[in-house]
Order: sequence, then C-alpha cells, then structure tokens
Amino acid sequence: MTLIDLANPTRFLALTARVLPWLAAATIILLAIGLYQSATAPDDYQQGATVKIMFIHVPNAWLSMFVWGVMSLASLGTLVWRHPLADVAAKAAAPIGAAFTFLALLTGSLWGRPMWGTYWEWDARLTSVLILFLMYLGLMALWRAVDDPSRAARAAAVLTLVGAINLPIIKFSVDWWNTLHQPASVMRMGGSSLDRSFLIPLLVMAIAFTLLFVTLHIAAMRNEILRRRVRSLQMMQASRVAFSGEVGASKEVGATS
Amino acid sequence: MSISLGPYASFIVTSYAAAAIVVGILIGWIVLDYRSQTRRLRELHRSGVTRRSGRNATDTP
Repeated sequence: MTLIDLANPTRFLALTARVLPWLAAATIILLAIGLYQSATAPDDYQQGATVKIMFIHVPNAWLSMFVWGVMSLASLGTLVWRHPLADVAAKAAAPIGAAFTFLALLTGSLWGRPMWGTYWEWDARLTSVLILFLMYLGLMALWRAVDDPSRAARAAAVLTLVGAINLPIIKFSVDWWNTLHQPASVMRMGGSSLDRSFLIPLLVMAIAFTLLFVTLHIAAMRNEILRRRVRSLQMMQASRVAFSGEVGASKEVGATS
Repeated sequence: MSISLGPYASFIVTSYAAAAIVVGILIGWIVLDYRSQTRRLRELHRSGVTRRSGRNATDTP
C-alpha cells in the first residue's frame, strides 16, 4: 500500500479500522508505564513533588504546537496538492489540539501558583500559548460557520498557515524575551539539563501523549469522512425528492391539459 | 506503595484529574460522534439512498 492509496477515503477507512485497536492498545500501555514512572519519580530539590505536574504539562505543551504543525502540513495539502484527506485531517485535528493547549495552560497555571506565587503572568511564553489556544477556537468556529466543507477548508487552510507564524514565537519566546517561564531544558543545544530520573518519565509520557493524539486524530478523521458521506447522501436524497416532485407536478399538468 | 505529594498535593491531583477529564471528554465525543454518523448512514441506506460506487461505508471492518 502506497501513500497515494491512502488518499482514497474508502481505503483509508478500511486500513485505519485495522490499525486503530493496536494504536489504542499501545497508547494505554505506554500511558500506564508513564503514569507509574511519574508517580514513583523522586521529588525535585527545588520544586518538591510539584515536578510531577511537569510530566503532563510538558507533553501537552509540546503537542499544542505539534498539532498546529500537523494542521499546517495538512493545509499545504489542501491548498497546493488538493489532497482529498488533507482538509479532513486539518479539521479533525483542531479540537484535539485545542484540548491539549487548554491542558498545557491549565497545568502550567496549577504549577505556577506554588512555584511562582501566581496562576498567570502576561509573559511572552504564556501569552503566545494563550493566543495559540484562541486561534484553535477561531479555526473551529470558522469550520462551523461555512456550510460547504471545501470552501471552509480553503479559508481554514490560509488561517492555519498564517497562524503557524506563532509556533517559532512560542518556541523561542523564552530566548528572545526576559520571561518568567524557564528556558528550554530538554530540547536545547548541549543536550538535556534534566536528570535521568525526570527525563525518562517525561519522554515516556511525551511519546504516550503523542500516540494518544495519533489515535484520536485517526478516529476523528474517520468520523469526518463518515459525516461528509452522510451530507452527500442527504443532498442526493433531497435532490431525488425535488426531482420526483417536479415529475409528479408535470404529469398532473399533462393529465389536466 | 505510598506516594507523598507534600504541601501542594491539591495542585498535583487537580492537574492529573483535569488531564483525565479532558482526555475522557475527547474520547467520549469521538465515540459518540462515530455512533451518530454510522447510525445516520445506516438510516439513509435503509431508505434506499446509496453512493454511486455502491459501497457501504458502515460495511468497512
């Protein structure tokens, strides 16, 4: 099976029906391992047990940007290659990305209160992630506002690509500005500054949440394909009713004349 | 095995509970949406409306 084959929605449905149970099982197993490692990780010498919040905050923060990246690639697929599944992928990813971004903001806030003494600070990292969350909500609203999926897809694709400018701003905000949020400690020049006892549970949770996203995204894409089939069948049904009504009316006219 | 969460236990527990609730809502929404779409497709097929290819989307394994 090639990538071109996957462009066919029927083949995509058939293939993903076989893959989804395995993906879901791998996600559950990895999440269970990650949660166990998070629970048994030692306390940090400065943060104490609140370091455990990092094991869900950081994966959600990574995914908030990763999902927008996936949507940006899908948007290129919509605008440049007109791939049949591209706008399905972009539309299905938006609510999942919004949920991960919301969790990143919420868990960051819950970590910030005991560590910084405040739930919220208008610093560059926090503000740019809040803007990302609002952009997710805006995209979801746009999809719902336009009835025709193909027209909505093109408008959403342009907005998504424009919004991708925010991704490097989020990533480098801690370097470009003097922020309360700490600089990168995992993906940075010179390697991670984290101890292995924190790094391993963090990476396991990051992989588990990424698998969770892939699983949910594929399932949501399947739903979107089915929704479009329902829509096209309903339009076909409506046109049949209208056609039979016209034929019936013309027969009546013929009979009376 | 006992886990000591220290003085900020409520922040830690709330974070994990919020993540569980939000992920649970996402999964529930996707499952309910799938059931709703397959039910509507079945109803349309039962009423004689089928795609030109004649394939039944709900037949896929």
